[in-house]
Amino acid sequence: MITLDNLTKIFDTDRGVVSAADHINMEVPQGEICVLLGPSGCGKTTTLKMVNRIITPTSGRVLINGKDTSEQDTVSLRRSIGYVIQQIGLFPNMTIEENISIVPKLIGWDKSRYLKRASELLEMVAMDPAIFLKRYPNELSGGQQQRIGVIRALAADPPVMLMDEPFGAIDPINREVIQDEFLKLHRELKKTVMFVSHDIDEAVKMADRIAIFKEGKLIQYDTPDDILSHPINDFVKGFVGRDRALKRLQLVTVAEVLETESSVVTAEDSLATALQRMTDAGYERAIIVVDGDGRPVGYVSRSVATTTKGNCGQHSYNLRTLVRPEDDLRTVASKMFTHDATWLPCVSEHGKLMGVVTQRGITHHLGATYKSSHAKEQNLQHARVAP
Amino acid sequence: MEILDFVMTNLDLLGKLTLEHIALVGVAVGLATLTGVPIGIAITQNERVATVVLYVASILITIPSIALFGIMIPILSTIGHGIGYLPAVIAVLLYSQLPIIRNTYTAIHNVSPGLREAARGIGMTSGQRLQKVEIPLSVPLIMAGVRTAVVMNIGVMAIAAYIGAGGLGVLISRGISQSDPRQLVVGAIAVSLLAIIADRSLLLLQRKLTPRGL
Repeated sequence: MITLDNLTKIFDTDRGVVSAADHINMEVPQGEICVLLGPSGCGKTTTLKMVNRIITPTSGRVLINGKDTSEQDTVSLRRSIGYVIQQIGLFPNMTIEENISIVPKLIGWDKSRYLKRASELLEMVAMDPAIFLKRYPNELSGGQQQRIGVIRALAADPPVMLMDEPFGAIDPINREVIQDEFLKLHRELKKTVMFVSHDIDEAVKMADRIAIFKEGKLIQYDTPDDILSHPINDFVKGFVGRDRALKRLQLVTVAEVLETESSVVTAEDSLATALQRMTDAGYERAIIVVDGDGRPVGYVSRSVATTTKGNCGQHSYNLRTLVRPEDDLRTVASKMFTHDATWLPCVSEHGKLMGVVTQRGITHHLGATYKSSHAKEQNLQHARVAP
Repeated sequence: MEILDFVMTNLDLLGKLTLEHIALVGVAVGLATLTGVPIGIAITQNERVATVVLYVASILITIPSIALFGIMIPILSTIGHGIGYLPAVIAVLLYSQLPIIRNTYTAIHNVSPGLREAARGIGMTSGQRLQKVEIPLSVPLIMAGVRTAVVMNIGVMAIAAYIGAGGLGVLISRGISQSDPRQLVVGAIAVSLLAIIADRSLLLLQRKLTPRGL
């Protein structure tokens, strides 16, 4: 757990006194990722660097698991905190193995232990130790180098990690991959992470909590969903973007909006049965056809069922795409737009039909959170729209 | 032909003078490295001190060697070494300071801020940062400074023959005083060759000392 208590940093510059961080109070709970977010010069990096005392606070305290960091020896404090920076900072004169082993060596692990740890960590980020241990940083791509930067910070198994725009210099495709990898690592290792970013999408993706900074002040500290659905002022609103409702899509998985009580037909059922079931279940457009194992094989549309005779197998259309319960709604919405669909079937890992996700279900889910606290505002907007 | 004859008949002398020359420059630049590198590192801590030190070293290098020898005669006479080995070594030691201090200072100063910050953030002490990161990364530039000092001072050391320090300058000074072009030419060529060979071999050493991965 990281606690910031009235943390303040005042710089004396040529243009006068600047408070880079102004009485920051916040707490990052054990095992969570907290993203410090804001435009450049907002104080997020200064705040981060006060945690490992790269920058000395003017006043206020930083506590890690309840212990005041100013009462600890700075060097050993830093060795107990993982640190990843945008410039990566691998030492070019050392092999990958030596780079990863730096902190374990400094704190006196024996050789066999830190060598084993280096191989183990490389495997965690899917890099073959046999190939990479003896290489030098300049023989690696930018993405590979930053993976090493991350695992170097994890080497001595610190409880806390600080990451200063760690993926900012990596190309967008690799950035996605490395973010996913980091999230996977995080789910296993459960470090308490403070992460600086200026990218709202990255923040929404990575964070358990987001802290939005402006001109040295902490403006809002909330979960990504709350930041997106209830930005506290115009600055936050502007920062998260006008498409903030869409950004929330990636925070929700299919499982959360899945409509499970689906009525289905089999290939042998007659179209009349299909029509009857659609009517009973209240399906306006179509019903899914499943095989004997409950796997979706196609769908029958209401228009066909009303106008044609025969069985469902003969008159079904192919399903254009399927989704999985762990997919996020952004992926789902994208698939819906691609295939011009208002609903998509969701299947388990064995291919069994679990239910459907519908556009209405998605809008309802997103709308529900807005309505709860923004009822007034919403009513006002409705009133304006109404003739 | 005459020159070749001279070389063949005086191989012993030539060898002895060359070794003397190498020893003089080697000892002087060696000592200069031992002093210049720590000074170069130390002045990275304070920009104002750095400016002053580099300024003084630049002034030293502008003093003509003949004048420097002249200045040292009365001073070193007090300990009985007005001429000969000691003033020659001191002169070269002083001349070598600028390239060595300046290159060391620049090299340490130019270690990228990202690496510096990573080293601090990881929890290295300032000594560890120097030893494990800053000095290894500075080796190529420091060695380049040493090479400059060696090449430059092989020439300066030729003049030290006039104060009785020995070395290949002996041939040149004798060539002039005895109006013997053979000795003059052989001495001059030998000094030039020695400078070229020293530079090349130090380059090899530099490559060997440079950490892999740079």
